[in-house]
Amino acid sequence: MNDLKYIPIIKQTRTIVFNITLYALAIATLMPFIWMVLTSFKDMNELFSYPPTWFPHEFHFENFKNAFEAAPFGRYYLNSIFVAITVTIGQLFTCSLAAYAFARIKFWGREVLFFIFLGTMMIPYHVTMIPSFMVLYWLGWVDSYKALIVPGLASAFGTFLLRQFFLTIPQDLEDAAYMDGCSRFGVLWRIIVPLAKPALATLAIFTFMGVFNDFIWALIVINSEQLQTVQLGLAVFRDRYVTEWDLLMAGSVTATLPILIIFFFAQKYFIKGITLSGLKG
Amino acid sequence: MGQAYKHKRIGYKKKNGFNALLFLSPTLIIFTTFILFPVIFSFYLSFHKWNMFSSVRSFVGLDNYVRLFKDGEFWLVLKNTFIYTLGTVPLNMAFALAVAYFLNKKVFGKKFLRTAFFAPVIISPVAAAVIWRWLYDPNFGFLNYFLSWFGVRSINWLNDPTAAMFALIIMGVWKTFGFNMVLFTAGLQGIPETYYEAAEIDGATRWSRFWKITLPLLAPTTFFITIISIIGSFQVFDIVYVLTSGGPLGSTKVYVFYLYEWAFKFFEMGYASAAAYILFAILFVLTLIQVKYLRSKVYEAV
Repeated sequence: MNDLKYIPIIKQTRTIVFNITLYALAIATLMPFIWMVLTSFKDMNELFSYPPTWFPHEFHFENFKNAFEAAPFGRYYLNSIFVAITVTIGQLFTCSLAAYAFARIKFWGREVLFFIFLGTMMIPYHVTMIPSFMVLYWLGWVDSYKALIVPGLASAFGTFLLRQFFLTIPQDLEDAAYMDGCSRFGVLWRIIVPLAKPALATLAIFTFMGVFNDFIWALIVINSEQLQTVQLGLAVFRDRYVTEWDLLMAGSVTATLPILIIFFFAQKYFIKGITLSGLKG
Repeated sequence: MGQAYKHKRIGYKKKNGFNALLFLSPTLIIFTTFILFPVIFSFYLSFHKWNMFSSVRSFVGLDNYVRLFKDGEFWLVLKNTFIYTLGTVPLNMAFALAVAYFLNKKVFGKKFLRTAFFAPVIISPVAAAVIWRWLYDPNFGFLNYFLSWFGVRSINWLNDPTAAMFALIIMGVWKTFGFNMVLFTAGLQGIPETYYEAAEIDGATRWSRFWKITLPLLAPTTFFITIISIIGSFQVFDIVYVLTSGGPLGSTKVYVFYLYEWAFKFFEMGYASAAAYILFAILFVLTLIQVKYLRSKVYEAV
């Protein structure tokens, strides 16, 4: 009988232990970020002192200025954002069109084509990478924005994601619009797209992040400094300033913070995208 | 009346084909150029010897594949990729499941915690690797400083062949477990609460509930995560390129790094394509296993 009295206490202790463990793990996970931000404000003297200091003695904001002078991070940013936005908009467009065709238009060979489409998701990127580079080389597009943008203008994952969503939209709405003489495209644009906003947002966030964080493709197709993306620029930067950690950390902060901020606000779309890709793919 | 109706329907059908083509054409053009053609062309290339910038492209049969199998470095990178996979996948999943499991309970500040665990996933691998290079610095890095609290002597993380692989694995787990956490969370939320309640009434302990209910019901999710994690770690490149550049002494040179070097440093496109196709074959088998398993699960469910 006496035992029962202890159950709430055991439960509470357990909850506290869980919480402490989780928070310890979370802090450990965040430690690299914390260390990066703290380091980015230290000067070289403080960086190379042992034991390391936690908080900078003085905040050296000029590290950021120096990093931006050592490499055109502003330019890299513009490049990355321009490419990521163009690819995202392009993909929303092409994927919506294709997804609509697969979801709603009955045409000969639809199932087979869709199956092939899904099949291409299994092809690892590194198999298509080499010939894709050659195609760009033959087109004379190597070392240009086109090289970064055009191959990303379609996506099997995106098409699949949108098709699944379009299928859940009731057909009646469309039928009514057809009665009013709306074209296929009109229906897609005026009825489906507004209703599919959550799915489109998920795809947009996914694509944007994917393109923004891409490294290997930029590494292969870009040579000129003025076309470098943030990721490529940072990798080159790290080769050039091997131990200048103040600059490197300032550069890393520049490359990560905006993404972390976007993520913070758009978290739910991320989680949704992953679960969708995970549980249905 | 019927005639006209039929006529209209045929017209409508014809228009369907045309519409479909119109709607699909942007996607089809990109796909043909950058997926379909490349897949076929790289298969063709894998039987040829070709430097990208020369006009001579000679058929060599299976030579590229034979050369690959005879190249010691090919086996080295395959071994390294296996070690990396064996090191990251189980750790990654254990962390992901543990965190997802506890986050599914009553905890304070769930949103903050989830964001924290997921943050490494979304940042660029390049920036992440630059940060970790600094953490791994043997003299002034945070990690050795932290370990010194526990009396561990300074480790030369990135310049010692054994330590470098560990360094890569630790960073790899940190970078990716948040992704699997999300998948596990979705899986856990799919388990009906009533199962737990019933077990609790029967007096099952928390531990046995976890082993007897959670894990078995989570099996499809776990299986799926295992396969995609293996596929993912077989393709690791960015973090290797920035963290260790494959060194020291090739101890962290992984498969894609090798492929990248042959294609874009030595421009031996045929050889590199053969290497790409072997990777394709490995990953294809993994994917097939997964598809087969998922299908059998679906049938079971039906």
